[in-house]
Amino acid sequence: MSAPLTLKDFKSDQEVRWCPGCGDYAILSAMQKALADLGVSRENTVFVSGIGCSSRFPYYMNTYGFHSIHGRAPAVATGVKCANPELDVWVITGDGDGLSIGLGQLVHAIRRNLDFKIILFNNRIYGLTKGQYSPTSETGKVTKSTPDGSLDQPLNPLTVALASGATFVARCVDADVKHMQEVIARAAAHRGTAFVEVYQDCNVYNHHAFEYATDKKQRPDHLLYLEHGKPMVFGAGSDRGIRLDGLRPVVEKLDNGNQDGLLKHDESVHDPTLAMFLARMKHPEFPEPVGVLRAVSAPTYERRLMAQVQAAVEKRGNGDLDDLFNSGDVWDAK
Amino acid sequence: MKNPDTLEEAPAIDDSRIRLVDRVAIRFAGDSGDGMQLAGTQFTNTSAIFGNDVSTLPDFPAEIRAPAGTLAGVSGFQIQISSDDIFTPGDRIDALIAMNPAALKANLADLAGGGILIVNSDEFTPANLKRAGYAENPLESDLLADYRVHQIPITTHTVEAVKEAGLGSKESARCRNFYALGLVFWLYDRPLETTQNWIRRKFGKREDIARANELALHAGYNFGETAEMFALRYRVEPAKLPPGRYRNLTGNQALAIGLVAATRLAKKTLFYGSYPITPASDILHVLAGYKHFDVRTFQAEDEIAAVCSTIGAAYAGAIGVTASSGPGIALKQEAIGLAVMTELPIIVIDVQRGGPSTGLPTKTEQADLWQAIVGRNGECPVAVIAPMSPADCFEAAIEAVRIATRFMLPVMILSDGYIANSAEPWRVVKAADLAPIEIRHATNGGDFKPYQRDDHGSRPWAIPGTPGLEHRVGGLEKAAITGNVSYDPDNHQRMINQRADKIDRIAHEVPPQAVFGDTTGDLLIVTWGGTYGAARTATQRLQAQGASVSHAHLRWMNPFPANLGEVLGSFKHVLVCELNMGQLQTLIRGRYALDAEGLHKVKGRPFMVSEIVDAAERVLKAPSKSTGTHKSNGGVA
Repeated sequence: MSAPLTLKDFKSDQEVRWCPGCGDYAILSAMQKALADLGVSRENTVFVSGIGCSSRFPYYMNTYGFHSIHGRAPAVATGVKCANPELDVWVITGDGDGLSIGLGQLVHAIRRNLDFKIILFNNRIYGLTKGQYSPTSETGKVTKSTPDGSLDQPLNPLTVALASGATFVARCVDADVKHMQEVIARAAAHRGTAFVEVYQDCNVYNHHAFEYATDKKQRPDHLLYLEHGKPMVFGAGSDRGIRLDGLRPVVEKLDNGNQDGLLKHDESVHDPTLAMFLARMKHPEFPEPVGVLRAVSAPTYERRLMAQVQAAVEKRGNGDLDDLFNSGDVWDAK
Repeated sequence: MKNPDTLEEAPAIDDSRIRLVDRVAIRFAGDSGDGMQLAGTQFTNTSAIFGNDVSTLPDFPAEIRAPAGTLAGVSGFQIQISSDDIFTPGDRIDALIAMNPAALKANLADLAGGGILIVNSDEFTPANLKRAGYAENPLESDLLADYRVHQIPITTHTVEAVKEAGLGSKESARCRNFYALGLVFWLYDRPLETTQNWIRRKFGKREDIARANELALHAGYNFGETAEMFALRYRVEPAKLPPGRYRNLTGNQALAIGLVAATRLAKKTLFYGSYPITPASDILHVLAGYKHFDVRTFQAEDEIAAVCSTIGAAYAGAIGVTASSGPGIALKQEAIGLAVMTELPIIVIDVQRGGPSTGLPTKTEQADLWQAIVGRNGECPVAVIAPMSPADCFEAAIEAVRIATRFMLPVMILSDGYIANSAEPWRVVKAADLAPIEIRHATNGGDFKPYQRDDHGSRPWAIPGTPGLEHRVGGLEKAAITGNVSYDPDNHQRMINQRADKIDRIAHEVPPQAVFGDTTGDLLIVTWGGTYGAARTATQRLQAQGASVSHAHLRWMNPFPANLGEVLGSFKHVLVCELNMGQLQTLIRGRYALDAEGLHKVKGRPFMVSEIVDAAERVLKAPSKSTGTHKSNGGVA
């Protein structure tokens, strides 16, 4: 066994070509660090992406990589996993790639619970095509293609994933690299489709879109760091919490740090209701949850596929070509 | 001949009533729910096992159950059986079984004069006649005067015959296709065993239904024997097929079996990613039953995911196959370009149907040739092979996998609705007689170059999981040798040339173009795909008349065989017959600069032999062109 791999070992020899200051750099670095810490092997790791700034990611990872076509990375990854279930597969996508042109592939990959990890870089803008509004842009977004403001309601990546039956749903922000590494490590450990949304700053076309969540001073007041089994507390001095009022979450100022009656996070509950209402908590009314919203266990698609193959072999024996050729009604011509 | 033991013995046959014929063409026609495809298939299998050569043409509506009794809902199954080689289901039919007025109306024009017409008279009610658009009952008019008409109350007879099975009246009446089949079995002196065994296998768990269908089958047979309605019976003797074991295969079945065989020959796993579409879905159905061959089928959410999953599987080292028909292939084209750019071996099957758009989903056409060869953005060549018959699909599948893995590129298999659903005898091969498909995966670490080409011009197939070969591929232009992203102008030209060069090299890997008949002469009939049978039969007929006519049937459509220009240039006239408006004709004209003429048809049906004979005779009668021009241009590429 050779020496353990370091962050550097996961860097490819290609020059990184994102704009200086782009949030993608932080995600790349967090991924390389997380994989090194996890001790994964490079040869068993595959990054698959679609099209967009985020989708250049595989070129910068010294693993196997496939920069595919717009929106279809989950489908390519599905084929990779069905052909070789032993590989560690990561899908890199963005809000345009994954939620616009590729929404169909995303939803169907998630519902099948294939064992790969999807990282969706959400910068709420189209970057590579130079600044049109995206499916996660706020209504009224003024861009080159919407000079009078966009008309569409934004999609929420987490509710899309939850509605698709995702077995693992998490969120992190590019500015908190250490937390991002933890989330990536949790996703890597999950067996099944892991969906991770990353708030990512496009400093050229949509700078500060997530400033409330990334600025160090504001962050504690605007983010709810989820911890399994712990009461939901946030704020600079851990002075506020989330309580349930009927079917609605409400923000409550804590009385001398008293956490009684606060909602406790349970990522493992199979019913998605809790995760769904966490996902729907939006700034500025609520702090936005980061960390693992949901992590439940379910059989993966490729394991069940291989079980069917195995069962067929056990029942009928390993297929024999001559038996196959001679099956059905045959006759002999003399 | 005796009937099976469970039923009473049929009277002995008076052989003097049986006339020997070389071939007959029969069509079963009825409502979509009448079970005509089943009756046709049973007649086919019985005849094949009896030893005849067979060729079939199923013809059914796109609607699962169009309104009962209407022309839109008519479903037909034509079969020709012969005592020698045949290549088509026949132009005209010798016998028509019409289960209702609409079936009669839709099919009568194809029945030869003096032909046998069996109608289910029970269904000729005023309401059904109206639904079929008959102002008066054709059975009571002189419309059918040219035919030998046999009016039989098939439904009534069936219900009566199956009484003892104890089914309800509706279920009893549903056995009428077996009654009709039994009658036709008698008329053409076929044994009942094959169908009887099939009924027992199929309905084994429903003893009452199995019994009823058997009773109906025998009742139809016995009616023919005892009714003295038919002056003659007909017998087609077994064909002199080359010795060996045979089974009937449709094109879709043959593709599925061929893919499994190819994968085994390559010692690989077959991944089949597909989205249901007529007429390609059966390939998915068949392969889904072969999991014990480690076949991994994936029903994708759409056509794009189907092909993309196939590319992912190929990247990971499987034999990746996807299939569709024209509309679905259009959706897949961007991803096929990705496979061209990443130089991964995938198989794309296009079972063509009538287009454009949704077109004629259940009818055949050959109008996707251009889509296959040039229908992508950029200079984006793929190899294209077109099987010529249902059984040839087996061989085409193996060739496609061999070429795709040797040259690291997508191979498209252009089948069509006719080939897909028609059946013909396939001579069973021995697995040991099939040549292995050598796959060489990259294993060298260290200085690995993902786009370093070998002596086939192919890049290495380096699969994830192999230490030391970590590399990145994608749709952006690749630098030669390293495979890194490159926008360099000279590199782009070089890579375009290298991808095209691989296609050119294939031309020397595939057999040279063969010619049926003399290699020079007045006329060369050129065809591809499912038109083989009609063109070969037409050529035989013309040659028998003494005409200077030969036939060249293309299987590799891209690249063309290396000697094709020479072959074409050796004839005064070239006539390209295809079920489109001249797609191959245009390619040949462009490639070889010769004045190829065309016979075009887009009616959702295969060529009739007579159509090709007539077109050839027209060309032969035309003023002769200068042969010198053809010859001098023949080799120009």
